[in-house]
Amino acid sequence: MQTFLALIERDIRVLRRDFLDFATRIIVQPFLFVFVFGYVLPGIGQVKPGYVNLLLPGILAASMMMAGVQGTAIPLSTEFGYTKEIEDRLMSPISTPALIAQKITMGTLQAWIAAALVFPIAWLIMRNNLHISISSFPLLFVFILLVGLASAGWGLALGTIIDPFKLPIMFATMVIPAIFLGATYYPWKALAKIKWLQELILINPMVYASEGFRSVITPQIPHIPWFLSVLGLLAGIVFLTYLGVRGFLKRAYS
Amino acid sequence: MPLIKVDNLRKTYYLKRHQIEAVKGVSFEIQEGEIFGLLGPNGAGKTTTIGMLTTRVGITSGEALIGGVSVKQKVAVKRAIAVVPQMLTLDRSLTARENLIFHAKYFGVGKDEREQKADELLGWLNLSDRQDDFISSFSGGMSQRLMIARALMHKPKVLFLDEATTGLDPQSRRLLWDKIRELHSLGQTIFLTTHYMDEADTLCDRVAIMDEGKVLAIDKPHNLKKLVKDKEEPTLEDVFIQLTGKGLRE
Repeated sequence: MQTFLALIERDIRVLRRDFLDFATRIIVQPFLFVFVFGYVLPGIGQVKPGYVNLLLPGILAASMMMAGVQGTAIPLSTEFGYTKEIEDRLMSPISTPALIAQKITMGTLQAWIAAALVFPIAWLIMRNNLHISISSFPLLFVFILLVGLASAGWGLALGTIIDPFKLPIMFATMVIPAIFLGATYYPWKALAKIKWLQELILINPMVYASEGFRSVITPQIPHIPWFLSVLGLLAGIVFLTYLGVRGFLKRAYS
Repeated sequence: MPLIKVDNLRKTYYLKRHQIEAVKGVSFEIQEGEIFGLLGPNGAGKTTTIGMLTTRVGITSGEALIGGVSVKQKVAVKRAIAVVPQMLTLDRSLTARENLIFHAKYFGVGKDEREQKADELLGWLNLSDRQDDFISSFSGGMSQRLMIARALMHKPKVLFLDEATTGLDPQSRRLLWDKIRELHSLGQTIFLTTHYMDEADTLCDRVAIMDEGKVLAIDKPHNLKKLVKDKEEPTLEDVFIQLTGKGLRE
């Protein structure tokens, strides 16, 4: 446990040192989305003012997912890749499952920080048209926990399977599409008009993240029932973490 | 009782269409306080052997004990050893001193002890004036010295130096030799691999020469030199070439 905590302390030291970079990376994209789609477009009458209610849960889910994936995948990929820093962690007196759990913990923590940074900014920009009615705080915390874990699991898989120099292309071809096709900027139920897409994106954990938040933050918007979103996220966590653990073991041992 | 006991250690890699026997039944013992060198051409099985001893490569069969503990008990063995590889594995996000302090924290070394040990090791390895710098500005020799300092922070029973002097300039190499000798005089057990025969000759109490997954000879350097009959003053390199041949290894 002492090694686990020392590794967490090291990561937090580095995160604090680079916090401005981290916060900028986390905030800029959601800020622009919220500003354009939640402030400018409703302001000039291009979208209905109520669109912001739809946007907020999706933005929250996408920001957390991005932060957690990046926060896990980028360090892992570079540590396993050209810096070889993983060697020092692997030779520290910690079991491999605990070391993997430490990486997941840090990714999850970064996703939570993203939620804490993005939510107030989004609320501030869109507050005039927002109608938030949180149906259950415990359930909200369950989704915050699960989305964080899913993002870290995804980052673990990408960071251990993908070479560092291929990470940008993976973000462009996997993470960004998953966010755009993750019921982020539209509710999943509205996709009934494009049935094939509605069914196809059910394999995307982002859908359950966005819809899960929708079910507790803005329940007035049609959404997937919360328990199905919980199940979807759990399935995503198990699958992505399994891929990540397999990738980690393959890279670390022979 | 030997500190390291390796008994009929084997490693076979099972690939899709064939299998590679990287280590074919290696046995040796290393006493406490000894500097032991493992030499061999590329592909001889050195890296795999050291990988098994340092918990990074799984054992196919046989046994290896460090301080009486099987290397299969990874966490316990990792507490007893430290590895300094050829490649730079320092934490680039931390300063030189933080590298040492956090390493000690990973091993549960108490605050006062780790601060004192860091001061002592940074001074001993001529790094005190650069302790608050990030290691991106360090030369190869400085980085290697810092990796040795880091490795010693948790007082390992065995220090593995895996081609740790490769690529260093002669001055840095000689400085490391002096430090290795000092450690030896303090009773530190050291297991080293190197491609520099003069290094093995000058530093090691005993040397094992390995090729094609087997140990071909194991003895004190001056005894090994007696194997070469056609030279008046043979070197360890002559022994190495006689045993492993002149053929190029890729």
